[in-house]
Amino acid sequence: MATLSASKALTLAAPLSLDSGQVLEDVQIAYETYGELAADKSNAILVTHALTGDQYLASKHPITGKPGWWERRVGSGKPIDTSRYFVICANVIGSCLGSTGPASIAPDGQPYAMRFPVITIRDMVRGLVGLLDGMGIERLHAIVGGSMGGMQALSLAANWPERAERVLVIASTSRHSAQNIAFHELGRQAIMADPNWQDGDYYASGASPDAGLAVARMAAHITYLSEDGLTDKFGRNLQDRDTKSFGFDADFQVESYLRYQGSGFTRRFDANSYLYITRAMDYFDLAEEHGGRLANAFAGSQARFCLVSFDSDWLYPTAESRHVVHALNAAGAAVSFVELSAPYGHDSFLLDVPALDRVVKGFLE
Amino acid sequence: MTVLRPDLAVIANKIATGSRVLDIGCGEGELMEVLRTQKGCDARGMEIDPVLVERCVARGLSVVQGDADRDLVEYPDKAFDYAILSQTLQTAARPDRMLDELLRVGRQAFVSFPNFAHWRMRAALAFRGRMPVTRYLPVSWYETQNIHNVTIDDFRELIAKLGVTCENAWFFSGQRQIGPLWANLRAEYAVFELSR
Repeated sequence: MATLSASKALTLAAPLSLDSGQVLEDVQIAYETYGELAADKSNAILVTHALTGDQYLASKHPITGKPGWWERRVGSGKPIDTSRYFVICANVIGSCLGSTGPASIAPDGQPYAMRFPVITIRDMVRGLVGLLDGMGIERLHAIVGGSMGGMQALSLAANWPERAERVLVIASTSRHSAQNIAFHELGRQAIMADPNWQDGDYYASGASPDAGLAVARMAAHITYLSEDGLTDKFGRNLQDRDTKSFGFDADFQVESYLRYQGSGFTRRFDANSYLYITRAMDYFDLAEEHGGRLANAFAGSQARFCLVSFDSDWLYPTAESRHVVHALNAAGAAVSFVELSAPYGHDSFLLDVPALDRVVKGFLE
Repeated sequence: MTVLRPDLAVIANKIATGSRVLDIGCGEGELMEVLRTQKGCDARGMEIDPVLVERCVARGLSVVQGDADRDLVEYPDKAFDYAILSQTLQTAARPDRMLDELLRVGRQAFVSFPNFAHWRMRAALAFRGRMPVTRYLPVSWYETQNIHNVTIDDFRELIAKLGVTCENAWFFSGQRQIGPLWANLRAEYAVFELSR
């Protein structure tokens, strides 16, 4: 795991006051931009990333060398057209790709580790608003996010309603369900059960809880796919062998795939960041922040909203998007909603779904 | 410029500039587009078919994929100046309740529906003894979504029973508007403007 970032970075002018009541000083936000900012600064789109995402939206990841995570949708002539829009993507606080998080050095010269304050989705957005302030961008043409990125988009719309003209929320939710929290708790327990976790103080020890983090990733990864998708891709096929080994090697292709996903993940992600960000997602309940009624969160909003769900997504199923849409209707907001058909489960928002391209492009016009 | 279906053109013509409008069963959003561009309306849509919703969103309209039977209840009272239900009433689980809902979310409503008492329908039943399949009801009985076929006279009786006022009514045969005489026999479809 590395905390290097080749990105641009901005140190926020003011300390961040967090939902927990704690204050984070000298907050750094690492970000990437694509396209040119118009002279009147009216063409900025902020794309918010998911749990293990990062600012490398449409450029090569410095650790993995892979293309940006949304390169299929962001670029010149693409649905989020960088020849027209100035597209910003920033690493959220709590993460590990250059923005301040548990692996960052605290004022006492040691990594924060578990001394890092517990943050919320709204705290992440506070950091992003600080970045926009630093860039002098008063009002976004749009904020666009999938999964946890969608939570940030909803949080911005609810708490800083004047900052975005359009709000596009893909495969997301306004609150974490018991099942969502349960899967995250499984991942956190896997990390904390790894002896290399060392109560979070592993940075100087030369050993990190890779085994625990890999298990967390494997469990989470299953929730990002659909049963049909897994069956189509792997079925019961064996991995590089003709017969079962009668042992505990990765006999099945799906086992091998998950192990690969898990170990690859540990090279690019910090285990403590995984704890903090999953906690932030579990704490997310937009209605609770607004007197228990979700419609209150959007009262008086002048923004246009678009929500998209996928029929094969069982992590944040269509009912969750519909719940948000009903609240937006009750608040009188301008909202569009469509459930798209795609076979890939929750991960559909990252994959080749031409209908999503058309919706994104049309909504941003 | 979009050329609207005659029933939609009548509705577009009647709606006051700058109104708030909910178009239920908005299809590809042709009426919404005209209301937005020519009448400066704040138009919202509801459509059950995701492919049509996608087309609406792609043209910049605010349309929610939803089922009027289930989702209208989420809108506040009198959220709209007009609620429009085009060619959808006959698909509702309970058309009477849907009319109540329309006039709860809208101060006025426009409702259009195919007239099951048109002479061609009557002929199909009377002379051929078969469920009618016509240009405005093109789907066979076993696969049609029209579970509550209705005639103009039935509709008038229902709105009277619900205490709903008929402000205006227009009748059509093909692309042509026709007079009210013998409308229940001559009209292929009708548009009613309602209030309560």
